[in-house]
Amino acid sequence: MSVDEQVLSYPIPNDAALEPPAEWARLRDKCPVAHVTLPSGDRATLLTRYQDVKQVLADPRFTRLLNAPDAARLSADEDGGLFSSEMAAIIPDGGEEHQHWRRLVGKWFTAKRMSAMRPQMAQIAEDLIDDMVKRGAPGDLKASLGFPLPVYVICDMLGVPAADRDRFSYWSDTLLNLTRYSKAEVDAAQAEFFQYMSDHLAAKRRQPGEDLLSELIAAGGPEDGGLSEIQILVTGMALLVAGHETTANMIGKMVSMLLADRSRWERLLADPSLIRTAVEETLRFDANAGFGLPRYLKEETEVSGTVLPRGTTVICSMAAANRDESAFDHAEEMDLTRSPNPHLAFGSGSHSCLGQALARTELQVVLEVLLRKLPTLDLAVPVTELERVEGLAVGGLRTVPVRW
Amino acid sequence: MKITVDEAKCCGAGQCVLIAPEVFDQRDDDGIVVLLQPEPDEAQHAAVREAAAVCPAAAIDLSEHP
Ligand code: HEM
Ligand code: SF4
Repeated sequence: MSVDEQVLSYPIPNDAALEPPAEWARLRDKCPVAHVTLPSGDRATLLTRYQDVKQVLADPRFTRLLNAPDAARLSADEDGGLFSSEMAAIIPDGGEEHQHWRRLVGKWFTAKRMSAMRPQMAQIAEDLIDDMVKRGAPGDLKASLGFPLPVYVICDMLGVPAADRDRFSYWSDTLLNLTRYSKAEVDAAQAEFFQYMSDHLAAKRRQPGEDLLSELIAAGGPEDGGLSEIQILVTGMALLVAGHETTANMIGKMVSMLLADRSRWERLLADPSLIRTAVEETLRFDANAGFGLPRYLKEETEVSGTVLPRGTTVICSMAAANRDESAFDHAEEMDLTRSPNPHLAFGSGSHSCLGQALARTELQVVLEVLLRKLPTLDLAVPVTELERVEGLAVGGLRTVPVRW
Repeated sequence: MKITVDEAKCCGAGQCVLIAPEVFDQRDDDGIVVLLQPEPDEAQHAAVREAAAVCPAAAIDLSEHP
């Protein structure tokens, strides 16, 4: 049977925490437009080549309207979590409306604003590392630093109390985990989260602060060039979720990748000016990036010479694309000096990650502070014992045990 | 080197500003790219090429005549 005829299960099972599955290279080479079966049993089309993934993510015919009746369901439940939730549909999918939303919110995520937040982030990182050191080695870098730091930062930007972070953490897990929760659990969590955010916004209306949500409220409704109430609410929920698991998991994966071969860590100790390109390279190299991005095709289109009928659900594997030899020299090698590094970890085109300057700044600051404070940092377990979190739309490691 | 940027394409990702802050900025009111130096010094060229290569919206265009 040729690769073409085989129907692969997706996500592709993989036990290695940091290594890509062997299928990626084969798919890119022999079967760039592959049929896969999702956990729901529905069929989808998997793309693994750099050029294809990049093109499709930026092409408006490939929509994010995963709640279309004939779109593939991602998980076994009726409702595919974040991607097909009603929530996802409230933020405009494309065109001018999306651009308008993006610009209203995007001004909060400019590179300059993020650079201005660096000292604050560094202070948070230092405090969290001090606490971890006080508790003694080995510590879990994910729970001690990776998770709390991005949460403190996004809570501060949104003006929500970081003390509620355990609840956000549960809510965002139910939205991002495609297999772990029942539909009833997901619905209940979404309803609670929704209520929490509406109460929070009502409080902000009464007593505005200097945070992002207060200013979105102050910008007025759609008639004044602002957003509707429900859009502000969903934006707040989306930012809290997006600002939560993604960077948190990436901090753990980044540090694990750099420590997996300790010569990488030593190179950065010797030359911290490589921090920026090193962060980009860990984003590119992340073989545990999660589900990839699903898109629903509104009209017939061709990709890599294959005609995709209207109604196709496409899964873009950015992580597989990021290992494509035709786009990156020695793609299978981690090169801390790689430049330029046009990886697709944040997507591509008009929907590419709105929080990428924030994520990059957080990752750079964490690495800088860790190298400075804990130069002797090392993994406390062999790399082979690191375990993946299963079922999450955003890939991660369960724990990142470290000593110093 | 001559740079042009396409504001309509720009998605405000800020990659250009993170890489070449002397050449690119973002507007405070919507995060859209602002070109500070359309014809930057030699010293900036490498950073500008990197920024153009990684811009997720392909909004930065370079013409490299001597
Ligand atoms: C390492 C960390 C992160 C990764 C890998 C990541 C990845 C992504 C990707 C791949 C997309 C594209 C989705 C698509 O094309 O459909 C995206 C979109 C988005 N991200 Fe991130 N993200 C990260 C951190 C963040 C942070 C910290 C925030 C902000 C709090 C954020 C907010 C958003 C938003 C709002 C969108 C939707 C943009 C739109 O639809 O225009 N992300 N992210
Ligand atoms: S990198 Fe590209 S999309 Fe991002 S701000 Fe600069 S020009 Fe705009």
